[in-house]
Amino acid sequence: MSKQILDLLQARFPGAILETHSQFGDDTAVVDPAAWLDVAKFLREDPRIDMDMFTDLTAVDYLWQGMVPRFEVVCHLRSLQHGHRIRIKARVGEEDGSGADIASLVPVWKGANWFERETFDMFGVNFVNHPDLRRILMYPEFEGYPLRKDYPAQKYQPLVPFRDVPGKMAPFGPDEGMSFGRQTHDQHAGYANEEAPLPPEA
Amino acid sequence: MEPLDLDISEGELELPSEPMLLNMGPSHPAMHGTVRIVVELSGEVINKADVQIGYLHRGFEKMCERGTWTQVFPYVDRCNYVSPMLNNVGFALAVEKMMGVTVPERCQYYRVALGELARICDHMICNGAMCMELGAFTPFLYLARAREVIWDIFEEETGARVTHSFGRVGGMAAPPTPDFKGMVRAGLARVMQYINDSEKLVLKNRIFLDRLEGVGIISKEDALALGWTGPTLRSTGAAYDVRRSHPYLVYDRLDFDIPVGTTGDNYDRFMCRLEEIRQSYRIIDQVLQQMPDEGPINVEDPRIILPPKGEVYTTIEATIQHFKIVMEGIKVPAGECYSYTEGGNGELGFYMVSDGSGTPYRMRIRPPCFAVTQGLEQLVTGLMIPDIVPTFGSLNMIGGECDH
Repeated sequence: MSKQILDLLQARFPGAILETHSQFGDDTAVVDPAAWLDVAKFLREDPRIDMDMFTDLTAVDYLWQGMVPRFEVVCHLRSLQHGHRIRIKARVGEEDGSGADIASLVPVWKGANWFERETFDMFGVNFVNHPDLRRILMYPEFEGYPLRKDYPAQKYQPLVPFRDVPGKMAPFGPDEGMSFGRQTHDQHAGYANEEAPLPPEA
Repeated sequence: MEPLDLDISEGELELPSEPMLLNMGPSHPAMHGTVRIVVELSGEVINKADVQIGYLHRGFEKMCERGTWTQVFPYVDRCNYVSPMLNNVGFALAVEKMMGVTVPERCQYYRVALGELARICDHMICNGAMCMELGAFTPFLYLARAREVIWDIFEEETGARVTHSFGRVGGMAAPPTPDFKGMVRAGLARVMQYINDSEKLVLKNRIFLDRLEGVGIISKEDALALGWTGPTLRSTGAAYDVRRSHPYLVYDRLDFDIPVGTTGDNYDRFMCRLEEIRQSYRIIDQVLQQMPDEGPINVEDPRIILPPKGEVYTTIEATIQHFKIVMEGIKVPAGECYSYTEGGNGELGFYMVSDGSGTPYRMRIRPPCFAVTQGLEQLVTGLMIPDIVPTFGSLNMIGGECDH
């Protein structure tokens, strides 16, 4: 059954399906990023496929494997009626992480909203036309994208300065009741200058 | 004396209609986990809600890229600390799917039994906490007592009460204890007694029902598009359960029902969980009858399973084998794989990319709570402030899982 979806996709988008495989029993289609939204709409609306369950959306950083484009945006879908699944992927982004733009799937499945925000937060993939693209797991002042392979796991982020919310009274002054005062990140300068990790030796 | 209504214009009563912003959380006694909801109120009605998560973010996915495949088990435990065994089993199955390994039959039954015990725990705590947040404290105490009974079984089996880290790729850390079946039978009888008692306390209570029925309604189409799975999706009428739709382990040999709701409100979610506890009880009952008493627990595969300790200390082959598995990790074939099981709150997925080494290249957890929590905004818009509490409670957000 699922093999037929790949065939249907190939027939409908002859140029945009770059590659297909069924490794470990998961049917996968690599889609041209330009056709990302069209393929998603087709999967959702065609009655033979009817992918109404939005399951997952994430990205993988293939920097260490030397792949360009660098990111692979991965989306998993399922159909409630037919019970079949598919994974669609699109490759975006230059080697330095710029230019990772892809169309947002929120118009097709509204559940894509938070998943795309998370992917933006963790990888810096920009979802065009997303209604509310801001960080979700990290705080707004966070610098960098933690799940990229060139983000060092030990990297130290500076403390966030006291947020001066207009009209908000700080109960205990700028320290908000911290008796030991606010630390500055200079104390941890050794951590802050950590370099990007190298790929492990094969 | 001047009349009080001097300023009021003719015919209509002017109430201050400026929207008010109110922060609920991140640490709020009525909040299930650490989550912040910024609500925009008009009077007491919620115009807009912004759910902000991430307070429990610990970098699960980044951590997994630094150790071996086996070292992921303690992390998945801490993703859902209410039903860690289901996460353990889910992750073990995911790696086994990539390696093409099937565990022996006895282990499959064992995994189902432990997993269903964890599911009972999960649903009990969700329902109990929901009752407590609505002011009914006694059911929570009853159910917490029942959870103790299950935790005692887990303690006897795994050595730990909450985060067991008991799963292994290709089996379990230890075989069932000789008393396993008797212990589960005796324990579950007590658990069901507690559940029946706590149910009687709330299900005929007018106040309790009024706060659940017709509150937080969601349609089946919306729930599907939002990526909901598990009891929250089934409460809308969509009978999707991974155990039935894509059977794994021995679920295809077991007889159980999938309870579904009709309207998708808080009451349906509460009742779905309650009924699922009974179905889990049925499953465990059958598992205990069918599970063989003898037989191996782990697969016989020297690439995966550690050799017996006695041999490690006495023979060089076993020492090398032990060293290679511990230091280099299990070698998982290169490729990508998405594996899914039914967790406490729905489809628990693991999307893994391996480069053929002993360390995951990319480990992605698809937490059911993440998708469920993003629907909260839609659920509470148009409701009143006190309705947030039961609605949020019925979603059973687990902070560790939602925030990775």
